[in-house]
Amino acid sequence: MTQTDLTKTEARKTWMSLLAKSPACELERLWGAFDGAEPHTWLRMPEAGGVMVRGRTGATGAPFNMGEMTVTRCSLKLPGGEIGHGYVQGRDKAHATRAALVDAHMQTTKAPALRRAVLDPLEKVLADAKATRAAKAAATKVDFFTMARGED
Amino acid sequence: MAGTTLDGGFQNAPVEAARAFRAAMQAMARPGQIEALDAASPPAPASKAAGSLLLTLADHETGIYLAGAHDCATLRDWLTFHTGAPLVAPEQATFALGTWEALLPLSAYPAGTPEYPDRSTTLIVEMDDLHGEGALLKGPGIKDAARLNLPDAKMMQANTQHFPLGLDFFLTCGSRVAALPRSTQVEAR
Repeated sequence: MTQTDLTKTEARKTWMSLLAKSPACELERLWGAFDGAEPHTWLRMPEAGGVMVRGRTGATGAPFNMGEMTVTRCSLKLPGGEIGHGYVQGRDKAHATRAALVDAHMQTTKAPALRRAVLDPLEKVLADAKATRAAKAAATKVDFFTMARGED
Repeated sequence: MAGTTLDGGFQNAPVEAARAFRAAMQAMARPGQIEALDAASPPAPASKAAGSLLLTLADHETGIYLAGAHDCATLRDWLTFHTGAPLVAPEQATFALGTWEALLPLSAYPAGTPEYPDRSTTLIVEMDDLHGEGALLKGPGIKDAARLNLPDAKMMQANTQHFPLGLDFFLTCGSRVAALPRSTQVEAR
């Protein structure tokens, strides 16, 4: 792999991750507003299945099975030959289709327009949700301190 | 990633896989009988029947060995995408795909163990021609006798000697498939 291939893969990883975590209603709204969608043919129809999520204690320990989650995936092809894969949480097949469509269109010349119309707003939605959650958690923060207990 | 090699899978997987499984089962149950099987369109050099068989039978737990000209990047990618099956050496293979000459020698494939005769390889042999003439077949699933043009009747005879151990064969040609399980007695002509 050359350097540009690596950066391309990295960039694709980033938007695939974003699409996988995106809320279905937000992606539906943003993709619906984007015009320039091309027709597609199926390589793999949307299908739901279970995926074992594995974790590591402290991110460095031995891997363990954390639990199963439901994932829906599909693959499709645009007339230009670009292949898009969609992997999303849950059982929403339309959501997986939209994720795959965004992935495929990001490989065409429409990528900059699509980034502005869908990916950037989606990123903002996720960042906002994270910030709100962090703020709510921060509001309940309690400072524990121990006074001298006079044991000496 | 703008390849076109991923085309040609099942368009309606549940229905087409069930039909293909039925054809494969029927072929195995009636050795020598030729069944139609054309649901999938794999990249060359694999035939439609062979592609449909692998899409129906293979998954991430069944190793596939691609022999000779079938061991090409397009077919590897296609199988990996559609089945998730690992591509392995003959000794670990559950399925092997290729022409008869490329698949030889048969001793390279596991024929099962006495405790687990099912841990053997099923060979999918791509043939130039498939018709009901040639070697005489007898045994379970055959009322009187059946005939099939086998690639090498002598070797098929030797394969039945170690029953219940042995290899099973699917013979494919275009969109047609016939089978030769290890239980079938072969009389060469």
